[in-house]
Amino acid sequence: MTAPLLEMRGISKRFPGVVALDSVSLHVAPGEVVAICGENGAGKSTLMKILGGVHQPDAGEILLDGRPVKIQGVTDAMRFGIAFIHQELNVLDNLDVAANVFLGREPKNAFGLINSKKIHADTGPFLKRLGLQISTRERLDKLSIAHQQMVEIAKALSLNARLIIMDEPTSSLTLSETNRLLELVRELAAQGVSIIYISHRLGEIDECADRVVVLRDGKNAGELTEAEATHDKLVNLMVGREIKSFYVKSGAQKTPGFFKARNVRSPLYPKKSVSFAAARGEILGFAGLVGAGRSEMAKTIVGLDAAPEKEIVLDGKTVSVNTPRDAIERGIYLVPENRRTEGLVVEMSVRENVTLPSLKNFSRLGLIQRGRECKAARQQIDSLKIKTPTVETRVLNLSGGTQQKVVLGKWLAMSPRVMIFDEPTRGIDVGAKAEIYRIMRALAEQGTVILMISSDMEEILNVSDRIAVMHEGEITGVLDREDCNEQNVMQLATGKKIPVAKAAYEN
Amino acid sequence: MKKEFGIFILLVLLCAVTGFENPRFFSQANLINMANVIGLFGIFSLGAGLVIITAGIDLSVGSMIALTGMLLVMSLTEWHWPWPLAVLFVAAVAMALGWAHGFLITKFRMQPFIVTLCGLLLYRGIARFIAQDATKGFGDAEGFKTLQSLANGKLFGLPMPFVLLIVISVVMGIVLHRSIYGRYLYAAGRNEEAARFSGINTRRVIASSYVLAALLTGLSGILFAFYTNSVSPSTHGNFYELYGIAAAVLGGCSLRGGEGSVIGILIGVALLQVLQNLVNLLGIPSSLNFAVMGAVVLIGVLADQIFKNRSAKKIAHQPK
Repeated sequence: MTAPLLEMRGISKRFPGVVALDSVSLHVAPGEVVAICGENGAGKSTLMKILGGVHQPDAGEILLDGRPVKIQGVTDAMRFGIAFIHQELNVLDNLDVAANVFLGREPKNAFGLINSKKIHADTGPFLKRLGLQISTRERLDKLSIAHQQMVEIAKALSLNARLIIMDEPTSSLTLSETNRLLELVRELAAQGVSIIYISHRLGEIDECADRVVVLRDGKNAGELTEAEATHDKLVNLMVGREIKSFYVKSGAQKTPGFFKARNVRSPLYPKKSVSFAAARGEILGFAGLVGAGRSEMAKTIVGLDAAPEKEIVLDGKTVSVNTPRDAIERGIYLVPENRRTEGLVVEMSVRENVTLPSLKNFSRLGLIQRGRECKAARQQIDSLKIKTPTVETRVLNLSGGTQQKVVLGKWLAMSPRVMIFDEPTRGIDVGAKAEIYRIMRALAEQGTVILMISSDMEEILNVSDRIAVMHEGEITGVLDREDCNEQNVMQLATGKKIPVAKAAYEN
Repeated sequence: MKKEFGIFILLVLLCAVTGFENPRFFSQANLINMANVIGLFGIFSLGAGLVIITAGIDLSVGSMIALTGMLLVMSLTEWHWPWPLAVLFVAAVAMALGWAHGFLITKFRMQPFIVTLCGLLLYRGIARFIAQDATKGFGDAEGFKTLQSLANGKLFGLPMPFVLLIVISVVMGIVLHRSIYGRYLYAAGRNEEAARFSGINTRRVIASSYVLAALLTGLSGILFAFYTNSVSPSTHGNFYELYGIAAAVLGGCSLRGGEGSVIGILIGVALLQVLQNLVNLLGIPSSLNFAVMGAVVLIGVLADQIFKNRSAKKIAHQPK
């Protein structure tokens, strides 16, 4: 075996409240393709951010060519020949290919202007090396996403990158583009460039990686060589973290099929559709890896995104939900993923936020009755124990957990029949989390259908009565309570059908 | 309210200084004249503020005042329409134009700056074209004396535009600060996405603000036409959009949207008019008129920003 190009030894990183990485080691040989996989929150991105100099490790060392190095920032990483290709492309689409490749280090001509002859001449060979048949004068917004990505790779090569880290590079590519990228990864490796490939798609990992490193709970969970790596073995390594169990069986009366959604097509996966039924009184969890299309499904259900073929049945009656207002009038509410941008108008007061969707109930002839409005806000503050100095406090001065309760208060001031929670406890401390779980359970017991989207495995396993698992825009299967375990969820989340999983929709 | 208070103090200070330097400032004639111009400029400034609260802008105000003024003169003196019809016609034209702005901005997601800039050019051109670039006046107002006295007369010794401004301000104050629609305007201006998630039809709310602003502008157009008693299509109302924006910003509206109040805009309008008066009364060369206005708006907004940055720091340093 050749000496490693990169070696990370015993890397640990703590954030307030969590150990993101605990003594993780990783080595990459020249020309080797190493895939890293793991569940949401296993520590993949933290590890890569340490390589990119965004975070500094609390312990451990990084060696390049056997020499210890400190990576303090992106420029350092670049100097060491480490390049990143992110999921979100990092190109300027108003500039041409050559300008993007040489951005920030443009050679000057005699007049101090950009020597464009040189940058075009120098860009050509890199495109050729990638087998890319486009002009260096093409503007980036005229290129497909796949080609834009290739331009980023060309830029990495022009910086003499010896290690390219690709984070979910195929998430917005078509099948043939994906195949081309995988081929390219092999070609680059053959040319001696090392690649770290992060992906949820086990099929792709199978295709291109020499070795797979699995992280779990911020630790090394194991490694598999190309020959050993099978779908089952990978999932086995990814799961098996210690999960505290606190699921309490609920005695709530359940009415199956109380809420049905059929043919929900989100803009992210326009060719796929989601159909499912949920019972009154249950918490139906939606699990899946990031990018499975769960939030988009939720937004489509409540009419934030148009979906003409969608059919929503509530209590046996088909209802039309074309706008968010329609959804609200039918009692279908969404607690969105981003509370600061979608859930709340943070510059407004607690009172104004709580009553925003239900103002009509506190007004006469279009005029708001301040007294009734205040009373409604106070009611929510009391019943949800919202920790705010006054009703007039601006929401942006409150903590994350308190803000989330204000979002809940908005909807609970009306009468919910279906509530969709999208990542309800993200960025919230443990105490507030438990309170939010209690509130969700209480709502379910009062007869509300609760749909909970969560990427937190512990949360999804402990709070849901059933779990619908999504993969790339579709529900791969629904698990009944007794089949809810990490193994099954991960199998479905990575796209594998398993016999215990039920169909999501039955007539 | 703090913001309005600061600018109000500045207004009082300026009045006091001007009055001290030149006692004619407090003469009845001067005060009435000032009330008149505050009324004239105040009405469309409220509209400008309304649009700014939704995080938009209306640059077409001056041209719209010229166009509506010209249409009014022509419908009364050349087409000999009865005055109530002429007034309705002018209001309808203004609202239709405002609706077009709102439609283009919300439906096609065009930038308000561009849409209303095109309005500025278009309406000025149309006004000049239909008048064949000639100045047109009301003459002796035969047949529409009632309208003339409604627009340019006095009520209880107060100039009509000022009376109208008070009435409109009260209504606008209630609409903005007490009604559901007002709350929606602020919410859509601050965070359109969150407003949409709360079931607010943000497009309709934002588009309607342009219609209302245009209606107020059209009304101003009628009053200005009678104030000048004739309309020169190439200069009538020039730069008025900038007065409106300056007054609104001075009065506490933020171009980022979601901020501002009726009382603030009114104080802003008054401040700008007092400044003009001050330039006249204190013998400052009138060529400096705009420069004085620019400097005061700049200082006012700068002071507000510094104050805001400080209090933001204070909040950040609070022990949790």
